[in-house]
Amino acid sequence: MDAQKLNMLTETAKKIRVGIIEATHAAKSGHPGGSLSITDVMTYLYFSEMNVDPENPNMQNRDRFVLSKGHCAPALYSTLAHRGFFPVEELKTLRKLGSRLQGHPDMTLTPGVDMSSGSLGLGISSAAGMALAGKIDNKDYRVYTVVGDGESEEGQVWEACMFASHYKLDNLCLIIDWNGLQIDGPVAEVMNPTPHDKKLEAFGFHVISINGHSFEEIEAAFAEAKTVKGKPTAIIAKTVKGKGVSFMENKVNWHGAAPNDEQCAEAIAELTK
Amino acid sequence: MADKIATREAYGSALAELAEKYDFVVLDADLAEATKTVKFKKACPERFFDCGIAEGNMISVAAGIATTGKTVFASSFAMFAAGRAFEQVRNSVGYPHLNVKIGATHAGITVGEDGATHQCNEDIALMRTIPGMTIINPSDAVEARAAVEAAITTDGPFYLRFGRFAVEVINDRPDYKFELGKGVLLADGTDVTLIASGLTVGMALEAREQLAKEGISARVVNIHTIKPIDRDIIIAAAKETGAIVTAEEHNVIGGLGSAVAEVLCESCPVPMLRVGMNDTYGHSGTVPALLEEYGINAGVIVAQAKKAVSLKK
Repeated sequence: MDAQKLNMLTETAKKIRVGIIEATHAAKSGHPGGSLSITDVMTYLYFSEMNVDPENPNMQNRDRFVLSKGHCAPALYSTLAHRGFFPVEELKTLRKLGSRLQGHPDMTLTPGVDMSSGSLGLGISSAAGMALAGKIDNKDYRVYTVVGDGESEEGQVWEACMFASHYKLDNLCLIIDWNGLQIDGPVAEVMNPTPHDKKLEAFGFHVISINGHSFEEIEAAFAEAKTVKGKPTAIIAKTVKGKGVSFMENKVNWHGAAPNDEQCAEAIAELTK
Repeated sequence: MADKIATREAYGSALAELAEKYDFVVLDADLAEATKTVKFKKACPERFFDCGIAEGNMISVAAGIATTGKTVFASSFAMFAAGRAFEQVRNSVGYPHLNVKIGATHAGITVGEDGATHQCNEDIALMRTIPGMTIINPSDAVEARAAVEAAITTDGPFYLRFGRFAVEVINDRPDYKFELGKGVLLADGTDVTLIASGLTVGMALEAREQLAKEGISARVVNIHTIKPIDRDIIIAAAKETGAIVTAEEHNVIGGLGSAVAEVLCESCPVPMLRVGMNDTYGHSGTVPALLEEYGINAGVIVAQAKKAVSLKK
């Protein structure tokens, strides 16, 4: 990756993180921890990888994205806003009555949201459905979906994996956001779903494990995924919950809590220094 | 004697027959032989996908396919389509109002010998609470075919309820016309109205004949579309006959009886009684034995109609 691209992605990710902080702060609720963990992957997807057009969000042959861990909507909204799907200022309407930005993604309200999601385990199935539809129509679009590590405790995630593998959905790319924490504590202590790599391989996926905060590794993983034929790809992205805001990093209580005025200012100062 | 055909047979035939006319996809969850989607699978294998025994995934997959602009049928037994996958139907299909048409077969106790775990008497109640869901419970093969085509040509999520048990064809007449959301006045009467849906429509017609012998004039209304329900035909029946009996192969809580009671309470309260599963589970047995055991038959409709008429006075 050249320095210019790396710089663009790094600066964009910072802005997206600021958007997450400002949106959850304004909403006085929401899920900043998991939003910050997935920000770099989201940034790469929407600013380098995916074929999307903010002017034409329903473009037929666009690549599709399903945020299966829908509670991290602030990351999706901030990414979409900075990509030009809607004004960045609108992020501050998050979770407010009348806003297009619901607590969890709503495809009928928000430009650029390809699937409503939020109830864990459902989004990956719908992503598989989109991928199957692409196969039926011989379209060459790709479908990306982010599943949380805690989310992978849902049985439906594995039903969807079985389905994607059975129908050889090589146009489907699953990203596991492996930040290691869920509401009740460390994922490994609450209900250990590991090892993801061996399980996903056994389910018929091509598996790539990366540092989910390294744009070089993210880029290489998505490039590799495109070369895989006859099976879906899973990218296990090792991430840090709360990434970029030091007082939030690896703290489980930032899963579903909004920063207050002081914390918001401190977070933004750190992100923009 | 007219032919007896299960509505699930008509469902499968309709899918196969309409495969050329319309572009749609059919999913099943390892029950294609039983739901009869196998007929579509044979006619159009490239648009049929078995999802295996994973109904929740099937419904969310259907939703994903539908986001790309396709109409999708997703089939299983009512117990699993509406019961097991309720939340997927609600969140993946209902909330984004996608073109997923749920073809649920083996509804009610006429599943028979398989027993209570597979006899779904709760599906209409569940589906009725989902905003924007259209529910059709066809009374025979003719109506089942019409329901499938209406689901294809009408935007939004549908729940189509079909039975395993072969029932008499009652709508095989040249002037039959299916109108979504419209009840059907099958026979007029002045003393009481029998409002039925699905399997019980034939029973209501039979009950009407028995009541006539006893000097009671019963109107029979077939409610094939349970949601949105035809309020006008129910209110007219209440005003013109003054008493209502509902009959359904479903729990009396939450189904047709509840839907009719809601209309009556709000718009035209009259004496009303419900025939159906009285808040109980089913049991293994032959279909005739079960219908007798649980009181879903013409005789019970007659008894309730007489009682409803007496309540008017």
